[in-house]
Amino acid sequence: MSKSQEQPILTVSNLNLHYGDAHALKNITLDMARHQVTAFIGPSGCGKSTLLRCFNRMNDLVESARIEGSIRFNGVEVNEPATDVISLRRRIGMVFQQSNPFPKSIYENIVYGLRIAGINDKATLDEAVERSLKSAAIWNEVKDRLNDSALGLSGGQAQRICIARAIAVNPEIILMDEPCSALDPISTLKIEELIEELKSKYTIVIVTHNMQQAARVSDVTAFFYLGELIEAGGTRKIFTNPEKKQTEDYITGRFG
Amino acid sequence: MKLFWKTGEPYVLATGAALAVILVMSLTLVGVVMTNGLGYFWPAALVRFDLKDGSFALGQVMQQEKNPISGIRRFQVKVGNRDVFGQDFRWIDEKDIVSRSTPADAVLLERREHGNYFGFLKGVTAEGLSLSAASPYEQLQQARRLVADKLDDTGKIKKQMSDLNHTAERLRLKLQKLEYGGKEKSTSEIAELNAVRGKAMTEFTRLNEQATATQAEIGRITAQFSDVTGGGKDISLIEIVALQRPNSMTFFAKCGAYLERVRELLLDDPRESNTEGGLFPAIFGTVMMVLLMSVFSLPFGVIAAIYLREYARDGLMTRMVRIAVNNLAGVPSIVYGVFGLGFFVYGIGGSIDSLFFPERLPTPTFGTGGILWSSLTLALLTVPVVIVATEESLASIPKGIREGSLALGATRFQTLTKILLPMATPGIMTGLILSMARAAGEVAPLMIVGVVKLAPTLPFDANFPFFHMDRKFMHLGFHIYDVGFQSPNVEAAKPMVFVTTMLLLAIVVLASSTAIYLRNRMRSKYTTSTF
Repeated sequence: MSKSQEQPILTVSNLNLHYGDAHALKNITLDMARHQVTAFIGPSGCGKSTLLRCFNRMNDLVESARIEGSIRFNGVEVNEPATDVISLRRRIGMVFQQSNPFPKSIYENIVYGLRIAGINDKATLDEAVERSLKSAAIWNEVKDRLNDSALGLSGGQAQRICIARAIAVNPEIILMDEPCSALDPISTLKIEELIEELKSKYTIVIVTHNMQQAARVSDVTAFFYLGELIEAGGTRKIFTNPEKKQTEDYITGRFG
Repeated sequence: MKLFWKTGEPYVLATGAALAVILVMSLTLVGVVMTNGLGYFWPAALVRFDLKDGSFALGQVMQQEKNPISGIRRFQVKVGNRDVFGQDFRWIDEKDIVSRSTPADAVLLERREHGNYFGFLKGVTAEGLSLSAASPYEQLQQARRLVADKLDDTGKIKKQMSDLNHTAERLRLKLQKLEYGGKEKSTSEIAELNAVRGKAMTEFTRLNEQATATQAEIGRITAQFSDVTGGGKDISLIEIVALQRPNSMTFFAKCGAYLERVRELLLDDPRESNTEGGLFPAIFGTVMMVLLMSVFSLPFGVIAAIYLREYARDGLMTRMVRIAVNNLAGVPSIVYGVFGLGFFVYGIGGSIDSLFFPERLPTPTFGTGGILWSSLTLALLTVPVVIVATEESLASIPKGIREGSLALGATRFQTLTKILLPMATPGIMTGLILSMARAAGEVAPLMIVGVVKLAPTLPFDANFPFFHMDRKFMHLGFHIYDVGFQSPNVEAAKPMVFVTTMLLLAIVVLASSTAIYLRNRMRSKYTTSTF
C-alpha cells in the first residue's frame, strides 16, 4: 500500500456547512488517498452527498449554503474565492444519482466537456470518445450508434455514458453520488466492475446506500450520521471490527 | 349510486363534456364563417320575378324567411343597380309573386363603382375598334379584351409616373436638406438638382397627358344595357370589372368564375370602400406585421425570461417582476395602443423625425403611426406570453442536466447556450405560436398606431430602402371592423366580412401549423424517442 502513504489527494479539515439554519456538516476531518476508492455510507440526510458536492463546489449553486473550514485538493484550497471553479470541476468529475445524459448524440455527450474547454479537433475528439467509452466498458454496446441520441439508452447504459463523459476530460478524481441507486442488479454489477478498473487511473469517491456495495468496491469507508463523521478507516476493518457502537449498529442493520 | 360517484367516472365525464362544449362552439364559429364566406363567390342564378302589381325584379335570392305569425314566406333579393334603384336589396313577399324565371341572357356586371348591375345587354359602341364577333355579348367580351390591353399600357405609364414622382420627391427633400445646411457652398449643387428635378417634372407632365388621353379614349367605349324595368344605361368598359351570364353558365364555367374571384380576393386591391375586390394589401400587412412583431418579441422575451429564471436572485424583486409580467397580459389592449402612440409614435418617432428627417417636417415620417410602431406595440403586448412560456420550459428542465453540465466544467453561459436553450426551444415555440395568434387577431391598439382603412402603398416595394417601416398599412382584423361596421352599405358588405374573417383564421392557422410542425421536429430531437 505504498500509494496510500503518499500525500492525500483530498484533505478535509474542520469542515462545517450550513444550509440556512440547518447545520448539515459538523466538523468533518478526513483524508482521501490517491488511486483508492473511498465510500461514504450512512442513513439518508447524514450529509454524505453534501460533503461530496463540496469537493467540486457544486454547493455554490445552493444559495443558502455557507461553508467554513478547509478542503485541500493536491494541497490547494478549494473554497478560496480565487480558485478557478471551472478548472477544478474539470479535474474533479462527477457522476450523479440519476443518469443525466444531455439531449444530444452519444458522441456529443462524451465530447461535451472537451468542446466547452475549446477542443474541437476531430481526431482528438474521436480518440477521446473511443478511449473513454472503452474505459467505461460501453464501447462495444454503442460503437455502431455513436450518432444516435443518448436519450434512447437504457438506465445502466446511460449511467455508463455519464461515467465515460466524466472520464473524457481526464479528471483526477471521480465523485459518484449513489451511481447505482436507480439501476437493476446487473447494471449495478457492471458499474461496480467498472469502478474496480477505474481505480488504477483515477481516485474515486462514492456515496452509497448499499452497504454490500461499499464493502465490495471500496478501499476506505467513512460512516456519517446526522452530519458528523462517526468513523473512517479501511473497509475491511469498518465492516468486521468497527470501533464505534453506532457504526456497528448501522452496518448490522440494527438502526436506520 | 353511491358507488357510481365514488368511481370518479362522473368527473371524467364532466371534463369530457367541457371539452365537447368548447369544441362544438369553436366548430360552429368556424362553420358559420365558412358557409357564409365560401358561398359568396359562387355565381348565383339571376331570378326574374313578375310581381302582382305589374312590376318586375331581377336579382339573386340571398335568403328567405317565414313570418312566424302570418306564415308568409318572403325572400331577400339582391337587385343591384344601386345607382338606378337607390338600394341593393329588397324583400319580396311570396304572395306578391306571379311567376319566377331565370332568363338565360341576364347579365351580371361587377362595376368599379355603385355595386353590381343586373340587366340585359343591348349593344356595344366601340369607336375605333373593329369587332368581328356576331352577338353583342361576344362583341362586348372582345372589346373588353382590347380595352384590357390598352389599360395594361396605361398601367405601365402610371408605373413610370409613380417612379418619376418618387424621384422628384427625393430630389425635393435633398434640396430642402441643402438649403438647411447653408446656401453659399451648395448653390451650384442646388441648381443642378433643380434642373434634374425640372426634367423629371416635365416628363411626368408629358406622361400624365398621354395617360389622360388614352383614358379618355377608352372611356368612349361603352356598352348599352337595360335593366328589368326597361330603363337603359350606358356603361363605360373601364367601369366593368367582371361580366357573367350566370343563368347560362355550365357548372365548370361557374367553378372557373369562382376560382377567378378567389384569385382576385388574394391578389388584388380592394374596391368600393373595401366592400368589393381583393384583400391583398391587408393580407400582406397582417403577415408582415406579425413577422416583424415576432422579430421583436421573441428575442426580448427569451432574454428576459433567461435573466429571470437563470440569473436573477429569487427574492422579493424577482417575484414582483414576475407578477408584473404575468399581469401585463391582462392589461386591455387599447391601453397598449395608447402607450404605443405616446411612447413610440410621438416620443421615439418624433425624436427620429427631428434628428434625421428635419427636411420633411412638418410632415411626419416616423412621428406618425406605421408598421414599425404597430409591431413594436404588439410585441409589447405579446412579450409576456413569450416570457412565461420560456420561463416555464426552462424551469421544466431537470436539475440534473444543469448540474451534469456544470460538473464537467461548463460555465453557466455555456450550459445555457449549449444545453438549456436547445431543450427549451419547443416551449419557446409554443409561446411564439400563442403570441403570433394573439397579434394577428388584435385590432384595437393598431387603430391608433398605424392601421388605416386604405393604404395607397405597401410597406414593401421596389423603391429603396425596400422596407418602408414608416408606412401605414392595412390589416385583416381592422378590415373586418371597417367593412362590417363602418361601411355605408352594410348589407352588401356582409359577405366580405365573412370572407375576411375566414382569411384571417386561415392565416393564423397556417402560421401556427408551421410553428407547430417546427416545434414537433425539435421536440423529437430533444426527447426520448427510440428505445
